[in-house]
Parts: sequence; C-alpha cells; structure tokens
Amino acid sequence: MSDSLLEVRGLSKGFPGVRALAGVDFTVRRGEIHALMGENGAGKSTLIKVLTGVYERDAGDTRLEGKTIFPRSPREAEACGISTVYQEVNLIPDLSVAENICLGRQPTVFGNIRWGAITRRAKQALARLELDLDPSRQLSACSIAIQQMVALARAMDVSAKLLILDEPTSSLDEREVGELFKVIRKLRDDGMGIVFVTHFMDQVYSVTNRITVLRNGELVGEYPTAELPRLELVARMIGKDAKEVAAMESQHPGVQSIREGEPFLEVKNFGRKGSIAPLDLSIRPGEVVGLAGLLGSGRTETARIIFGVDKPDSGEMFLDGERVTISSPRAAIRRRIAFTAEDRKVDGIIPNLSIRENIVLALQASRGAWAKLSRAKQDELADRFIKALRVKTPGPEQLIKNLSGGNQQKVLLGRWLATEPRLIILDEPTRGIDVGAKAEIEKLITELRRDGLAILFISSELEEVVRTSQRVVILRDRKKVGELAGEAISEHAIMSQIAAPTAESKDVLHA
Amino acid sequence: MKRINPKYIPLAATALVMIALYVLGCLLYPNFGSLRVVVNLFGDNAFLGIAAVGGTFVILSGGIDLSVGAVIAFIGILIASLISGGMPPMVAIALALVVGTVFGAAQGSLIRFFDLPPFLVTLGGMFLMRGLAFVVRAESLAIKHRFYQQTIRQLAIPLAPRIAIPFTAICFIAVVIVATYICIYTRFGRNVYSIGSSENSALLMGVPVGSTKIGIYALAGFFSALAGCVSTFYMQSGNPASFVGLELDAIAAVVIGGTLLTGGVGFVPGTLMGVLILGLIQTLITFQGNLNTWWTKIAIGVLLLLFIVLQKSISGARRA
Repeated sequence: MSDSLLEVRGLSKGFPGVRALAGVDFTVRRGEIHALMGENGAGKSTLIKVLTGVYERDAGDTRLEGKTIFPRSPREAEACGISTVYQEVNLIPDLSVAENICLGRQPTVFGNIRWGAITRRAKQALARLELDLDPSRQLSACSIAIQQMVALARAMDVSAKLLILDEPTSSLDEREVGELFKVIRKLRDDGMGIVFVTHFMDQVYSVTNRITVLRNGELVGEYPTAELPRLELVARMIGKDAKEVAAMESQHPGVQSIREGEPFLEVKNFGRKGSIAPLDLSIRPGEVVGLAGLLGSGRTETARIIFGVDKPDSGEMFLDGERVTISSPRAAIRRRIAFTAEDRKVDGIIPNLSIRENIVLALQASRGAWAKLSRAKQDELADRFIKALRVKTPGPEQLIKNLSGGNQQKVLLGRWLATEPRLIILDEPTRGIDVGAKAEIEKLITELRRDGLAILFISSELEEVVRTSQRVVILRDRKKVGELAGEAISEHAIMSQIAAPTAESKDVLHA
Repeated sequence: MKRINPKYIPLAATALVMIALYVLGCLLYPNFGSLRVVVNLFGDNAFLGIAAVGGTFVILSGGIDLSVGAVIAFIGILIASLISGGMPPMVAIALALVVGTVFGAAQGSLIRFFDLPPFLVTLGGMFLMRGLAFVVRAESLAIKHRFYQQTIRQLAIPLAPRIAIPFTAICFIAVVIVATYICIYTRFGRNVYSIGSSENSALLMGVPVGSTKIGIYALAGFFSALAGCVSTFYMQSGNPASFVGLELDAIAAVVIGGTLLTGGVGFVPGTLMGVLILGLIQTLITFQGNLNTWWTKIAIGVLLLLFIVLQKSISGARRA
C-alpha cells in the first residue's frame, strides 16, 4: 500500500453532446497539495463535482484510503471525508459565522440545538485557522476573503481527509492569499490531502507539491511541481509546444505606440464619496489605459461612475472635449461607451438565451423596442462576432450557459462591440478563465485598440495590465496614487506604488 | 460596542408600530385599554394567526403558499360535515389535521420533484381545495355537538370576572411558541432559513433541501388545517365560501412582522406582532364607529407598502 489517499481510476462522465471526462486517473497522497490544472473545459470542475457527489459518474472507480466510495450528494461526500471550498462562497449570507460553520451538523440534544456548543465549536474551528473573528457576526457583513476563510473553517470542522479548494483565491488580494496559504500548508503538514484548483501560476508554484494536468477531458500527466517549468506547464495545458508559448509570452507591451492627440474621454476631479476620491483620467482613441490596484481599491467604482451606474458628486466629464453629464448606463451607451462588468454571471450573460440573442441584446436595447433588428441582421452580427472573437461553439443558437467562461466573456465583448462603441470599459475580463483564453482576450484587446477604440482595462493581474496598456493609472484605498506611461510601465513599478503600505505581502506569498 | 444586526430592524419597526397603535387606541378611546380588548385581539385573530405562522415557514424558505384560505374553508366544512354525520369531534379534527398535512406535503412534493414554482403549485392547490370544499357541501353548516357548544368554552382560562382567554387564543399562543422553538432550536428550522437565504449554497453545504421543502409545505398544510379547526371553534360552523383571500392577509401579517419576502430573514414572534397589528387596526376602526370597515384594508395596504420599502432599503444597505 502506498501513501495515496485518493485514487481515481478511469473516471468518465458525459453530458449530452459533450464528453467532459474520458478515463481520467487522478491520485492524491497524504500530506501533499496537489494542483489540478487545465484550461476551461478541460474537465476540472466535472472531476471535482463527481468527487463531491454533485454529478454521478458514468464509469470509473474512486477509492479513498483504499475503500471504494460513491458519493451521491455533497453530504455523502462530506461523510466520506471529502470537503470542498468553492470559488464562489457557498455559504448562507443571512446566518451567523458560527452557524455557517456548523449548519447541517449542529450539536443537538434530543433534536434540540445547543447554541452554546455551536459558538464554542465555531471558535475552535476559527482558532485552528488562526482567524480572529466574532462567530456571532452575520456572514454577509464579512468581506469576501473572510467568508472564504469561514468556508474553509467549515470544511475543516468535519474530520476531512481530503480538502478540495476550487479556485478559492480568485477574489482574494495577495495578503489574504498569503493567509490562506499559511493555513493550507499547516493542514498539509497535518497529513491532509489537498486538491487545489487555480488559474494563478504563481500560486501553483508557491504552494503545491504536485500537478495533474487535464485537457479536453483527458489526463495529460502528473508531475512533481519542482520538475515542471512554467512554460512546460502552460504548454501541456494548451496542448502546444513550449517554444510557441515562449514566443507568446515575450510579446511584451505595445509601448512603442503611445498615442498623441485629443482624448476621447477626459474626467477632471471626478469622484464619489465613499467609493472613489476625486481623480483625473483621460483615454485617447486607440489607447488602452490600465487601472491597477488591489481588490477594493476603487477600480470597479471608477468604472461605475464613468458608465453612469453611480452618480459622481464632484468633478466634470468631457467626451471629445465637450462637457457632458452621464446620468445612467443608457445615456452612456448612447454616447457610445460600453462596459463589461466584473461578475459576468451576475451582471453580464443571460444564461438561457442563445449566443446570438446575447450578442444583439445591447444593440437592440439601444435602438428601443420598436426598431427590431431583422433576423438576417442578427444572424450576420452573431456570425461576424463568433468569427472575429473566435468563440468556440457549434453555432450561434447554442445557449450561452453551455460555453466555457472564456467563451462567455468573448460573447459579452461581442455584445458591446455590436453597438460600435468608442470607449469600452473592461472590468476583469480575464477573471476565472484559463491561460489560453486569457491570451486570446489580450490579443483581442490589442486588435481593438489598433482599430481606434479607447479602452479602459481593469485587471487584478499585473502582468496582463503591463502587457496590454499604454498607460496605467494606479489606485490604492479608493484614491489615485499614480500614473505610469510607456516605458515606465512595469510590474515592479506598479507594485511599488500599490503595495507601498503593505510591502510584506509578497513575502507572505512566498514564505 | 456592538452594532445592531440589520436583520432586527424590521422586527423593531414592527414592535414600534404595534405599540404605537395600541397607545393611540388607548388615548382615543377610554375602553380600548381594557383586558377584554386584548383578549379578544388574540381570540378573534387566532385562525389568521395560526395560518400566518405556517406562512412564515414558507416565506422564510423563499416560497409562498396561496392555498391557505381555501384549505381553512375546506377543513371547516369537512369537520362540520363529519361531525353532523356522527363522527366524534376529536376524530374529525385529527382526520382533518392529517388531510391538511398530506395535502401540504403533496404540494411540497410537486415543488420539489418537478421543480415547480410554489406560486403556481399553491395557486392550483387553492382552486382544488376551494372546489373540494363545495363538493363536501355547497352551503354553510352549523356544528351542533356538546364538544363545540360546551367543552370548547370550558377550556378557556379565566383571567378576571367575566373575562377569559378563549381556547382559540390558547391554540394561537401555543402555535407561536412551538413554531418559534422549531425555527430556532431544530435543524429543520435552521435549514428553512438557509434555503431561503441561498438555496444553491444550502445544497452544496449538504442541507437536505428536497426533504426540507416537502417538510415546509407539509408543516404549512398542518397549520392551515389547524387554523381550519380553530375557525370551527370560533364560528361554530363550517362554510365552503368563507375565508376567500385570507392567505393574502396572512402574507401581509408575515411581511409586516419583519420576514423578508425573499426569504432567509424573519421571526415567528414577528408574525405574531404582524397579526396583532392587523387586529389592532380593525379594532381601532370598530371603536371609531363611523368609518367603513374597508378602511382596514386601506390601512393594511399602506402599512404593507411602508414595510416593503423599509426592508428593501435595509437589504440594499446590507449589500453595499
């Protein structure tokens, strides 16, 4: 018997028309952090959902500690010793922290819940993660990062043997990621097996021991992290060879083309109390302006006041040199400004409509209900953008919910491009999508810029900002703290401006 | 210093409104403050209150139950018919409670297994029950049995000379206590909250969402049936045409009582206060004497709108 904790052999799972997993093997050992990598649609989520009992497998065998398990619900999986923390916080917002930790397994006497015991148990669970948090606090009053920690505390509260972390860091800032890593390293040292799914390369290399790569529902291979260079990993994930990837990575910024001329959009002393301190910002046609800063530094807030979602309470705004007031997103769209929101699930896609319908949505809305786009025109638009944006789909009538995250993002982009905007605000367009799709989106942004669009680009990933932007505006604590242009843009320069007050954050990550 | 949890604000508002209405009544009318008025407030609104408590569970889970009024009418005429057909009252009542619970569970099963919206399922249930009530008997039927004419009255708890807490009020208060207990001290109760707050999360956290849903509607069916029984104690008769639209009063009482219509937040004692507020408005208008009783509806309407706005502003503030 080896020290393997979880052994998955020949696991298959299909959905109508799609083979999500085809004979995948996956092994997690005790006391290791195992990264599960792959592009969107590679089968990571499906594998996890089978392990946690959300989906039923079609074929294959799963053994935990040598015993065959067959969980049919998250509850059964938990009972077997498999706990999961998801990308979106899946807790109950209206209940207290303590109750969220114990829900479904509250200590009872004759069916009578013992609230005192719940509080004690929650305190213990939080203490184990070294979290200083009042367990009676309502969950929705906590930050997303804290909520994620509570989810982890909940996962640890059962005697879990295997912990699955499904992109737990995508909404955390670096310091919080550092805290999380401290905790999972400790759990690893306690002998737990941890499956870690993420898109962040840095995190994979700073915390995992082993990597399993999936592609198109098939196993590519399993490697010790230390023996797989980054480029190799990317190459394995996207099924290309490492040289091609190297070429892709070295396409560094389009610094050469700093634009001269009149800005399309200019705001002066523009701000809103409680969301962003007054700032100046301008964007010229054919220019990408990056908005960099940590989560909660006011990036989205800035976009929201420009797009008219929130009303500014100071400053003025000029479009083509003309002073304007934009009082609603509708007015912004009329002025040919477009905005793709951060959370595409909540604010963006309409899951039950087809790709075609999602694409024509904004254009139709701007024309009003009486000027219906002809079907022929709709088909033409859909075809054009599917082709131009390289959306991977069997056809324009596919429901958008069936697409992977990256492709959904492309459709959203298509929706706004159909309105022929002059300024497009992209809020985290690459969040939660895989490396290959990220590169594609970046490439699209560059193409759009060359076509003369003004672009405001918001991203948590600095390399991305550096690669695509001609100018970068840096925000910290809801204030503009600096601006870099052309040659001066580098990750280091941005970092030093953002991270000035919390310089230790980088160290935590690599501790 | 601890900040007040925003989820208690609607409850506090409800309590304030209730106290204000009572004080207003006492100031305007000399007899309003008497013990008898208070006792009647509980007794006269008992069946509405019991139904509203059932509705609280449903609304807490993010659902809605439109079948309440029809179930009460059906149970009322069923009991009246059974007793006049010679069945002992206790057996008839027990049977009625079983029927109501099974009916509720059936509604819950439709909602769970076919993933149907509660609004439509219980709308269908409402028509079904109303129709069945008329099938049982097409007109009102008085209950003439010693149990009803004497025993029920003897079960009242005397408070002062010629003032007693009627049995209907006792049932109401008992239901509030039991339901409050279920909400706070049982896993079932906590699961109700979690489903109402975020059904998807609840599912992933291992909450037995399906069986809890069936349980919620079964419980609501039980409370509706119990309300039907209490209505026969109160009316001493059953009537298939009665209580049309009572479910809407119940929903109003629940919402005014501080339960969010979207689910996840609320308290059974709040519903008690919501019911008492509706009763107080009615009593005030009765004392006033000149106003048409329809003014009750107008007052409830205004109050309900105010509460919805209040809840929206609080939940809006919470998101930010």
